[in-house]
Amino acid sequence: MINITSLAHIYEQGRRIAFPDWEIADMEHWLLLGASGSGKSTLLNIIAGLLKPSQGQVFIHDTNLYTLPARRMDQFRGKNIGIVFQRPHLIQSLNVLDNLELAAVMAGVPIDSEHNLALLNDLGIADKAQNYPAQLSQGQLQRVSVARALVNKPDLLIADEPTSSLDDVNAAQVTEMLTTQARANGASLVIATHDQRVCKYITKTYLL
Amino acid sequence: MNIFKISSQNLYRNKLTTLLNIILVAFGVGILTILFLAASQIGDKLEKNAKDIDLVVGAKGSPLQLIMSSIYHIDFPTGNIPAADAYRLMKNPMVKRAVPLALGDNYNGYRIVGTDSTFTGLYGLSLQSGNFWKKDLEVTIGNTVALTAKLHIGDTFFGAHGLTGNSDIHKQHAYVVKGILKPQGNITDNLILTNIGSVYKMHEAPEEEHEHSATESKEINNKQITSILIQYRSPMSVIVFPRMVNQSTNMQAASPAMESARLFSLIGVGVDTLKWFAVLIMGIAALSIFISLYNAMKERKYDLAVMRCLGASKFKLFLLVLLDGLLVTAIGTCLGLLIGHASLELIGSYQESSQARLSGMLIVPQELYLIATGFFTGVLASVIPALQIYKVDIADTLTKAR
Repeated sequence: MINITSLAHIYEQGRRIAFPDWEIADMEHWLLLGASGSGKSTLLNIIAGLLKPSQGQVFIHDTNLYTLPARRMDQFRGKNIGIVFQRPHLIQSLNVLDNLELAAVMAGVPIDSEHNLALLNDLGIADKAQNYPAQLSQGQLQRVSVARALVNKPDLLIADEPTSSLDDVNAAQVTEMLTTQARANGASLVIATHDQRVCKYITKTYLL
Repeated sequence: MNIFKISSQNLYRNKLTTLLNIILVAFGVGILTILFLAASQIGDKLEKNAKDIDLVVGAKGSPLQLIMSSIYHIDFPTGNIPAADAYRLMKNPMVKRAVPLALGDNYNGYRIVGTDSTFTGLYGLSLQSGNFWKKDLEVTIGNTVALTAKLHIGDTFFGAHGLTGNSDIHKQHAYVVKGILKPQGNITDNLILTNIGSVYKMHEAPEEEHEHSATESKEINNKQITSILIQYRSPMSVIVFPRMVNQSTNMQAASPAMESARLFSLIGVGVDTLKWFAVLIMGIAALSIFISLYNAMKERKYDLAVMRCLGASKFKLFLLVLLDGLLVTAIGTCLGLLIGHASLELIGSYQESSQARLSGMLIVPQELYLIATGFFTGVLASVIPALQIYKVDIADTLTKAR
């Protein structure tokens, strides 16, 4: 379902990284491994439709991502791709539930409160629904950001170093959550990491 | 959940900044509201009451004072003029209509005006109930007088000497209310109308007051009145008639139009200063909103990048930031209008002279300009911060740790 072909990116400083071709089938789980600075984040951003590559194509569901006009691209990303960042990046002025609803509103899809509550329930933070981000712990925040990535039932879930700021217990929980939730939602999963703790959950690897 | 809620939550999170900006806008709009309301009411009152009156003839003194006392019933009269001279002038062929006025007494602050039937013609008065005054001591009262002094037809009351206060009451004669006027929307709502004879009668010397009465009885023997309101037969008289009065008689002629213009030019400086002050405050408000939005962009850029990531278009986020500024100015403008109306009503309630009382309970068309100004201020202040949206690199912002 996801296909990248002859992809390469040239940074502002002129450094060029070429990415090997990659095919991710429906519901497959992949690890994106590589040393710091090897271009993991760049590749994720390209797949997520956030960064236009200098060369090559990204196909998601036969849609050539970078031929879409800007507005359609934003919509496509909102509806089909869920992204979990290294930092949770929640909107501080909105409570947890509103942060989830925001994902639906911004993607222009109807709000499904039941689904949102079920997600929070699955992630064990249902009781925090009315709390504001400032009142949550690092681990809880990361769970909310996982929940937010799943709000629009995406086909592809992308996580960029989701465990780097978490302790062992939380890191294990978050990784487990990502895999089980991706499975439950029928989404493909790509985790970029250099964290050994994540590796034991996922077998397929793409090395940079 | 919508973009309106996101914006208001964001403003609520920065309560103090938001409050400061709202207050600044409200203050600027409030001052402008008061100015617009007051200016339109004063202008309206000046115009309505002076309608159809081309000239006022009275005792020599300040022409402005003569106009104020005889048309607007605010200031004290300049003095008295001999009735004989006045009647001679009233018969002049250039005069179409002349209304004699005899002032000097009041009831609870409402002036008692001695005049004749030409007064009703001049102001186009019509009755709500009862009749116009016919005999001495009969009065027809303005609508406001009837309401606030709770006077009904057949009621009697004593007038007091002077134009305000009721310390020196004319106890020897009581007035009888014969009629109540319809609301006229001008000064006559606040007047008590009677014939000139009644005013003379009031000032006839009673036996007890020796010293006081001596001068006053002389006044009455010579038959004096306060002033005459004159309507010309032809516009040509504008130049000739006042000069004739001022040069050939011992009286002075004052033109309401000229004196109102002079009055406006006197208070105009103050009004202008206040207006620029308010505009300055609005400018500072715009600057303050701009600075707070611009500064907040450093922090908000993460939020906005997240929203972009979640599928929001650049234009949607542009509107979101614009909405922040607009919400502040919208709330500020509404608050300012409210403050303006409320404070003018408050000022009005503390005003002593009921004739010139200002009210906050009406709306002037200029307020639409104020709303537009508020909107414009909001857009002006937030458009540059909002344009930053187009420069935010989402991938870069979100990948780099905070």
